Amino acid sequence: MDSSEIKQLKILAAKARQGAILGTFHAKSGHPGGSLSAADIFTYLYYKEMKVDPKNPKWEDRDRFVLSKGHCCPSLYAVLALKGYFDWDELTRLRHVGAMLQGHPDMKRTPGIDMSTGSLGQGVSAACGMALAGKLDNKDYRVYTVLGDGEVEEGQVWEAAMFAAHNKLDNLVLFVDQNGLQIDGAVEDVAGIEPLDKKFEAFGFEVIKIDGHDFEQIKSALDKARTVKGKPTAILAKTVKGKGVSFMENQVGWHGVAPNKEQYEAATAELEAQIKELEGEC
Amino acid sequence: MAEIIKKATRESFGEALCELAKDNKDIVVFDADLAAATKTSIFQKEYADRFFDCGIAEGNMIGVAAGMAAAGKIPVAASFAMFATGRAFEQIRNSVAYPELNVKIAGSHAGISTGEDGATHQCVEDMGIMRAIPGMVVLNPADHWEMKAATKAAIEYNGPVYIRLGRLAIDSFNDPETYSFELGKGITLHEGSDVTVIATGLVVNEALKAVKELEAEGINARLINIHTIKPIDREIITKAAKETGRIITVEEHNVVGGLADAVCQVVAEECPVKVTKIGVQDTFGFSGPAWELLDKFGLTQPHIAKVIRDVVAEKK
Repeated sequence: MDSSEIKQLKILAAKARQGAILGTFHAKSGHPGGSLSAADIFTYLYYKEMKVDPKNPKWEDRDRFVLSKGHCCPSLYAVLALKGYFDWDELTRLRHVGAMLQGHPDMKRTPGIDMSTGSLGQGVSAACGMALAGKLDNKDYRVYTVLGDGEVEEGQVWEAAMFAAHNKLDNLVLFVDQNGLQIDGAVEDVAGIEPLDKKFEAFGFEVIKIDGHDFEQIKSALDKARTVKGKPTAILAKTVKGKGVSFMENQVGWHGVAPNKEQYEAATAELEAQIKELEGEC
Repeated sequence: MAEIIKKATRESFGEALCELAKDNKDIVVFDADLAAATKTSIFQKEYADRFFDCGIAEGNMIGVAAGMAAAGKIPVAASFAMFATGRAFEQIRNSVAYPELNVKIAGSHAGISTGEDGATHQCVEDMGIMRAIPGMVVLNPADHWEMKAATKAAIEYNGPVYIRLGRLAIDSFNDPETYSFELGKGITLHEGSDVTVIATGLVVNEALKAVKELEAEGINARLINIHTIKPIDREIITKAAKETGRIITVEEHNVVGGLADAVCQVVAEECPVKVTKIGVQDTFGFSGPAWELLDKFGLTQPHIAKVIRDVVAEKK
């Protein structure tokens, strides 16, 4: 990746963050914090990594994405809209009655959503099922899933981890968006999960630790994952909850609270300034 | 009279999966370390490449099955009814039923006839739990032939299905030459106008024997076999309520949530009549040989016959 490609990704990620802010503002609810922390991962996956076709969302040979931390869908929806799966204006109807964009991902209603998720711990199992189906059919598609660091407190995550390793699902990449915060506080205070790298290693994963906001590190981790044979890969991505909006960064209070009009305008302007600055550099 | 085959419905289920898998390459089977008991082992033996033991992790098993269905497979996930519908309830609800994924969930060792293992393994709530989930199809076949036909219908149906399997070997009463299974349609096994007995699953044959026994006493009881608990056959139940005026339900399940409640909902809306509920009376089971337990819970021929007699006497 050259510097202009990275700049383009940064611009797209900032736009995705704007979409998450736009959506949660219009919904008067939702989860901005984790949406912002995972936005760079979503952006890289959909723009650089995954083999997908927005005009044919159900294409059989596509790579699959499962947002196991389903509540962080606002920025995923924004990336899908930017990719052309649906109209950007859908974000202004997020969580409204009859909306295409539900509070948590719904594969029946939303083009581009490969699995309905929202109940933590469940998406990762579904991702394992898709990866296994790919193996069974001798298809070369890959399956990606993003979990929250609070989410790994769910026992099902570890059931799935054992299953993935036992079945040698090397076509599965599991991200943990380690923003360090969950609803009740810091993850380490609520129910500590460390050492997470050693846990995933012990469960049979190739483990890669990265800065989840550094596109070069995201790229090199995913490139490495493609070379790993016989076992799944876990990418532990250190992130900042609320990333990109200064007053939301590292604030546990922004886990599940929507911005009011003033906050929406301030956040949008701050992200717009980032975009302008990046475009100026291009 | 057709030959009587004495077999547990779990075994009929395993055989049916094997037969169906021959022509249907999309069928994949999952178990949670109970393949020898749920009889998915029969499938495993022939189709090892399409069988996956998930270990003792039912929640993950259902989630994996959901992912498989999302990728176009027809996954069948089996465990004991207790763990499939209890432990993995929320995975079934959110990962399978909500996205309407084509997963078949098989709950074996259902009801008190699980026997000696006792209450922790005797699921008397599975039909109620599964019935409460929007869009879920709930099947409870009554003998070998019905289980085979129901398994075929479940595979052919596109959407989530729960199918209840029994541990206990029971006599078949259907004739494979004439038997036909239609999803959501009850089957009248015996005509009558004094009262209607509506039974499901493993105890249908006991009800059939009871109804036949009472013929000699001049009691004409209608018997309906409900193999599909959901969607329930409203027509056959309403007609029975109108024509016989009284209903007795028989199920190896809690009288809360299962067949009894499903029947009561229909008659309350269509034609209110008194409903007498034979089943587990909102208690837990306990250890013991299966037939002794069925007898204790009033689910054998003599008990069912006595209730029918009492209801008919009360009616007159």
